[in-house]
Amino acid sequence: MTPPRKPQVRLRYSKLGKIRFTSHRDMARIWERAVRKVQLPIAYSEGFSPRAKLSFGLALPTVFESLAEYVDLTFDEPVDVDGLPGLLNGSLPDGVKITGAIALEGKVTSLQECVESTTWSLFVDGDVEQLTAWADEVLSADTIEITRQRKGKDRTDDVRPAILDVEIRSTAGANVVQANAEVHAHLAAKPRALRPLELLEINSPPFSLVLGRRVHQFIAPVGARRDPLAIGAATAPHSLSCVS
Amino acid sequence: MVTTVRGGGLYRGWMGSLWTQLEPLLARVEKPARYIGCEDGAVTPDYTTATNATVTWLLTYPDTYEIGLPNQGLQVLYEILNERDDAIAERSYAPWIDLEAEMRTADLPLFSVDTHRAATDFDVIAFNLSSELVYTNVLNCLDLAKVPVRCADRTHEHPIVGAGGHATFNPEPMADFLDWIGLGDGEEIVGDVTAVVSEWKASGSTDREAVLRKLSQVEGVYVPALYDAEFRDDKLIGITPRFPEVPEVVEKRTVADLADWPYPKNQLVPLTEVVHDRLSVEVFRGCTRGCRFCQAGMITRPVRERPAEQVRTMIQEGVRRTGYDEVALTSLSTADFSGITEVVKATIDDESMGCGDVSVSLPSLRVDAFTVGIAAELQRGRRSGLTFAPEAGSWRMRQVINKLITEEDLYASVEGAFSQGWRRVKLYFLTGLPTETDEDTLGIAELGRNCVEIGRKYHSGASVTVSVGGFVPKPFTPFQWFGQNTIEELKRKIYLLRDEVRKTKGLQMKWHEPAATFVEGMSSRGDRRLGPVIEQVWRNGGTFQEWSEHFDVDRWTEAMSDHGLSVEWFTYRHRDEDEVFPWDHLNAGLHKDFLWHDWRDALNEVGLEDCRWTPCYDCGACTGYGIEHVVASATPPAGGSQGTGQDLATGHEIPVALGVRPAGVL
Repeated sequence: MTPPRKPQVRLRYSKLGKIRFTSHRDMARIWERAVRKVQLPIAYSEGFSPRAKLSFGLALPTVFESLAEYVDLTFDEPVDVDGLPGLLNGSLPDGVKITGAIALEGKVTSLQECVESTTWSLFVDGDVEQLTAWADEVLSADTIEITRQRKGKDRTDDVRPAILDVEIRSTAGANVVQANAEVHAHLAAKPRALRPLELLEINSPPFSLVLGRRVHQFIAPVGARRDPLAIGAATAPHSLSCVS
Repeated sequence: MVTTVRGGGLYRGWMGSLWTQLEPLLARVEKPARYIGCEDGAVTPDYTTATNATVTWLLTYPDTYEIGLPNQGLQVLYEILNERDDAIAERSYAPWIDLEAEMRTADLPLFSVDTHRAATDFDVIAFNLSSELVYTNVLNCLDLAKVPVRCADRTHEHPIVGAGGHATFNPEPMADFLDWIGLGDGEEIVGDVTAVVSEWKASGSTDREAVLRKLSQVEGVYVPALYDAEFRDDKLIGITPRFPEVPEVVEKRTVADLADWPYPKNQLVPLTEVVHDRLSVEVFRGCTRGCRFCQAGMITRPVRERPAEQVRTMIQEGVRRTGYDEVALTSLSTADFSGITEVVKATIDDESMGCGDVSVSLPSLRVDAFTVGIAAELQRGRRSGLTFAPEAGSWRMRQVINKLITEEDLYASVEGAFSQGWRRVKLYFLTGLPTETDEDTLGIAELGRNCVEIGRKYHSGASVTVSVGGFVPKPFTPFQWFGQNTIEELKRKIYLLRDEVRKTKGLQMKWHEPAATFVEGMSSRGDRRLGPVIEQVWRNGGTFQEWSEHFDVDRWTEAMSDHGLSVEWFTYRHRDEDEVFPWDHLNAGLHKDFLWHDWRDALNEVGLEDCRWTPCYDCGACTGYGIEHVVASATPPAGGSQGTGQDLATGHEIPVALGVRPAGVL
């Protein structure tokens, strides 16, 4: 008889402000400590070096902020899912805040595998007209080739299919110093992700990134896209879901 | 930048944060998290209640954040100062070369990581000096802070520059650059220095010499500019006070009871990776083993242990607060802590520690079966190796250095380690010790080989690494008269040993760069004539010399020769009994004639027992201060002969991760 599945919870959290300068690995350690500080019954892996069972989704590049990061936690015993954000937020550093929590039921596809696309607010110092022209050029191209290094070799790929949308917005109300405009981008995460910095290098535009922020991660293909919290839930997703 | 307010008193007010200017630069550098602060435990200072009598301190570690953040000394003083009404303390670390380049281009000065305030806004900048190789970083930090690197060029508008830490017991090479040096324990010194500076500020005085003269009256504070160093025919004749009230001999400061200083109360938990990422609790200061090569042990005497009960509570509260699952009990030879069994047992048995899996590190593992036994009791992961420090390859040599570990003891411990499940053992050694012969050097390989054989009985993949450092004779040790081995001699011994080590499968060797040992040796027993040399090396780009990718011995030898100074004279020369040392005007507690006699004993291969448990041999440390060893328990720890693991390169901490044995695991 197989042992009962351990309770799993998926959390969505934000990473804003100075904390954006920590790396993905730094965040993993921060989470491990936070969970221990509030004495949650987190499960550990077996073997010589037991590690806490925290499973992170797509890595966020260091220096980027985010409104939508995800982590799956595995516990040894059931926990109060609705109470988790309140319990853990006090132990997380300034700028990291849990904005949603859901119990995961049944067999769950890992975050790494199920995220299909991501959206980004890329605040740049370029002039809106130039930006609009640039965005139009990118979107109207049939193919866009970029060369990247993979496993020590140079590989050229057509990344146009990975650019789902690019919109130029004003920065009014965004409060980002030194930025004139926002490039709002929707990028595919599969089969091969296009990184926001790679997008901004296409056709070598005359502007640079001042601040980048991930806004959403979506599961399921475009058109039916959903927040990763809306998955396998026995009850409705947490009211703080951010599906647009 | 500095405003005069309220009747002439200087008030370096809250000039604002440099964050908005710094932020865009961080996107362009490696590991930007080094510069943001925001650590759990960081203090946000309240400048709104500061007056012109408040003394602001910038505690600076002259190396990268990864190395500086865990430094306990700096954290302890940070807390003590911030608890005071008359002081505020913030922290700073040396920016890496990539950010430094950006800062210089943007004309951004050195800043604190707590509030990103400019270094010039502080009243005192105090450095922690851990080794001679950071000297050039100190100059670089001062320059980045827009403070003239030389004391003589500073005015009342510049911060007062101080230093403390293990490498201050011969501060003479840095005499041109440091306004004051704190010798010994810093806890009380910083309070007294604050009081002096506070009074000076409030008085509105602009006489910098006046405040330095007042500082020289604080016990434990040495002000180099108030002394003349006299040379005749290249030899040092003496270092003598220029004013009547300045002490002829500066005594180090010693706190009598660690129980009065339960710090850190809120250890900093970094957001990013640092070299020692675990809760640290200092269990005692000082060391009574009397290993003759070890300066740290000698200058921190007498021993002052923290009460076992206090250690227990500090662990308990620290673990709860930080969420760390690993605790390091720190000192120069933790297995000698008389409360060790009690503390370790209490830690494993304590269910209130949350998930119950707290790991205890014993830095400086003692070579005996008893300690390995403790290690086996609290075992979670044997993923890292166990480390021992026999230091010398033959029994004869170990008697010379007074590290009285017999081969039997070493093999018994190593067997204990392998049989309990460890697969890797690391052994620390020094080469270039006084009276060393090739037979002694090769003895290292033999010890290593025998340890591998022992390991093979338990694991086919058992591995032993011998880690060899070049010996640098240090001030205030019996070996301070010994001429250091040349680079060539050190290389010869290392290659000799390496060729021998290669013959054994499962035995590896690592060694410290002899050229780096050479540069350490120059400053270790140097005098103030080295000031211009250090400055030149710095001006030629010689920062981060303790990092092998930036270390360049040629810069140093060229600077020496440009200033007409002989490396042979400073580093390789044997000193005579009548030599005047550049540290004779400082007192670490040890009588110079005790050290001389111990030097002669060493040459006669006579060993001295640990004076905590055997009769006193009157080194001077206790009798001089009227303090006796403070021990947590009257019973010495059980087990065999002396033996501790001390890695001077990592500040005497060789963490061994031990933890509660998970149920079901052997």
